Amino acid sequence: MQGLRDRVAVVGMGCTKFGELWDKSSDDLLIDASLEAFADAGIEAKQIQAAWVGTYSSFRTGVGLSYPLKLQYVPVTRVENACATGTDAFRNACFAVAAGVYDFVLAAGVEKQKDSGYSGLVANAEVVSSETAPMVPAPTQFALAATRYFHTFGLSFQEGKQMLARIAVKNHHNGTMSPKAHLRREITVEQAINSPMIAWPLGLFDCCGVSDGAAAAVITSPEIAKKLKKDYALVKAVGLTCGSAQGVQQQSFDFVHFEETVDAAKKAYADAGVKDPRREISLAQVHDCFTITEALVCEDLGLADKGHYRDEQNKGAFELTGTLPVNTDGGLKCYGHPIGASGLRMMYENFKQLQGKAGPRQLKNVNLALTHNLGGKPGGRFTCAVSILGRAD
Amino acid sequence: MIGITRYGAYVPLYRMGKGTEAWTARGERAVSSFDEDSITMAVAAGLDCLGDIDPKTIDAVYFASTTSPYREKQAATLIARALDLKDGIFTADFAGSLRAGTTAIKAAVDSVKAGTARNVLVVAAEQRVPQPRSDFDENIGDAAAALLVGREDTVAEIEDIYSNSQEIYDVWRTDTDVFPRSAEDRFVAEEGYLKSMKEAAAVIMGRNKLSHKDFAQVVAYAPSARKHTEICRSMGFDEKTQLAPAYFGQVGDAGCALVPMMLAGVLEKAKAGQRLLVASYGEGADVLVLKMAKDGVKPAGVRGLSGYLASKRLLSSYITYLRWRGLVNIAFAAKRPPLKIPGVHAVWREAPSNISLYGSKCRTCGTVQYPAERICTQCQTIENMEPRKMSRKGAVFTYSMDYLGPTPDSPMVLAVVDFDDGGRGLFVMTDRDPNEIKVGMTIELSFRRLHTVEGIHNYYWCATPIRS
Repeated sequence: MQGLRDRVAVVGMGCTKFGELWDKSSDDLLIDASLEAFADAGIEAKQIQAAWVGTYSSFRTGVGLSYPLKLQYVPVTRVENACATGTDAFRNACFAVAAGVYDFVLAAGVEKQKDSGYSGLVANAEVVSSETAPMVPAPTQFALAATRYFHTFGLSFQEGKQMLARIAVKNHHNGTMSPKAHLRREITVEQAINSPMIAWPLGLFDCCGVSDGAAAAVITSPEIAKKLKKDYALVKAVGLTCGSAQGVQQQSFDFVHFEETVDAAKKAYADAGVKDPRREISLAQVHDCFTITEALVCEDLGLADKGHYRDEQNKGAFELTGTLPVNTDGGLKCYGHPIGASGLRMMYENFKQLQGKAGPRQLKNVNLALTHNLGGKPGGRFTCAVSILGRAD
Repeated sequence: MIGITRYGAYVPLYRMGKGTEAWTARGERAVSSFDEDSITMAVAAGLDCLGDIDPKTIDAVYFASTTSPYREKQAATLIARALDLKDGIFTADFAGSLRAGTTAIKAAVDSVKAGTARNVLVVAAEQRVPQPRSDFDENIGDAAAALLVGREDTVAEIEDIYSNSQEIYDVWRTDTDVFPRSAEDRFVAEEGYLKSMKEAAAVIMGRNKLSHKDFAQVVAYAPSARKHTEICRSMGFDEKTQLAPAYFGQVGDAGCALVPMMLAGVLEKAKAGQRLLVASYGEGADVLVLKMAKDGVKPAGVRGLSGYLASKRLLSSYITYLRWRGLVNIAFAAKRPPLKIPGVHAVWREAPSNISLYGSKCRTCGTVQYPAERICTQCQTIENMEPRKMSRKGAVFTYSMDYLGPTPDSPMVLAVVDFDDGGRGLFVMTDRDPNEIKVGMTIELSFRRLHTVEGIHNYYWCATPIRS
């Protein structure tokens, strides 16, 4: 069984501004993101032979993409896997190219999250059910992990809030250097700690915003990429795992790690040939839907020891100036979380870093860039996707 | 001997009393929470009554209430499911009168006597809503009780039952009224309860050749403490030595559940050989003569009325109570999407897990899982499960408090609960003080009504701190 390593190339990416884009429909956002990706790749829409478009709730069927782009009778698959949607759309597009079926494919993700009409990530699946399961919106779901993290690793409420607040501060700082981010201002630890409680122990500043946005990637084989341009990137790995809700049925689930992340990372590292992620990964965009998520995920990805995120945090390891910058563009904290788009937005940042086009956020010596995306209910119905992009050599 | 073999009660946690903002009456009144109703309280009393006995040994269940959440749907069927009684068990609802509780007892006795049931569980519960600041408002309280009527191991033999009836507008509600109505006080007393109860008591004592002094205690319905004394004297008994407490100032007039509740309290303590007169009223009176076949006890694991009376929390404001009863429309903490309509087919299909609390245990690896699965979550063995009734006790593994949740009781507390004897589940925590929730705290599951959407009352279990 072969992995994906070095069999797929990303030749162009696009990303819209993320924010409260009342005047933009999902059609507008997909057009904006895709046109930027085509321009970056140096191709035209009519060269796209197949597409995968990820959205949680903005439309059904693949026509949501082919309609605005006026793609002419090509296969388009709508992909959904909660917050891992964007990466999963990318993953499926990669398979098509790796299998040698298509030359140029498009992976896109979009969400008109603000069209829901509510603040916050409301829990809204359309599945008909008995409705007895507690209504657990996203902040509350991840707050369960925060409560247990503080308890397991002996953090007082203040210490825990401090750890989380510093993550929000870091990401806000990075967001000030991201023109496409929704939120672009510095905040302080005090502001974060004292913000109104949303789902105890998580406060307002522990939660990512709600915004609209889209991102897209043009994917092709490395052979074709080489002929097109110099600054393409190679896909080293894309991993996805779906749990089976073990965490809310088994007493053995500790609520301080996400098995889905650990597993997806293991598979991605193996595919990419990464043995020591702390040394080999140059930067990581991780799913900071909530500050606690970023801390737990960094541990689950092996970037910090379990229970010891603070050790690395204290060293400044994850700052833009650190040894392994995390969420260099400000993350979900500053971009918000248009569900279908986030995974691809993360990849866009990594792609720009690899291309040397990340402006004030540009890191030196970018070799392997990781994205991590998770979705659903921690411990419950949960999925995780991890991707690794590398330089074209 | 046919009689009462087991007994139990339920009084909600909250009281309005001194210290409750805008509560002007003296004494306390038991107030059920926003997620409770007559069905949930009946289930709580039923669980208290049944204790550890096998629920499958019950032959019938009768539910009595003037405040069933349904006009055209049986409540007893849902109660049977929640108590995990036999499939297809005989069920009946008794409604429409404040003496429905004792009428149900009479019907139970008749069933057992006729041989159509070996035993009958009678559960009575009430959640009447008085008009704010009316006389009813001071005295009405919410509570439930459950009595098992049968032939074996009888604690209190039911020697005789007599009923009279009369057509009268004294206290009533129509099918669209929210608040009970009352005729003028003197008419209500003289032509209503005083007349009927006095006559019924006289008849039953006469035909059994019993006199007043033969009774150790009188359990009598009354709408208030003062009227309780009046009724006692009217029937010819001594309120100082013979009148069993009605708990006005602690619980209140719990409608058709009041007499069964008082009786459950008396049975905990009465002595072998003592006779009890039980009298209730509602368009006539039901009176029963009981004789204790043995000393009353509170079986282990049963809280009983005394246990529930001792466990209470003061409600901070009368306005909260008004909101809970739907008498004032207060916005939720944040704008939330409308609740989704429960799929009735899913409700019906999932009843064994959702209502009867069944999970499954894998025969291969022993893992208990909730809800029941066909493929084991732990070892993925296919279809090697046995049904497993989940424990109602557990401990909080982790929790969070949602300050934007769609609840009239903000914050909405979510708890991951590890069941005492295996398995785990996610539950809303109710009857809780947010400042007292801790990882590791023990909880018990309580049957509650989560919400009502499009005419569907959606029932499920919630975690509560242990009522101590």
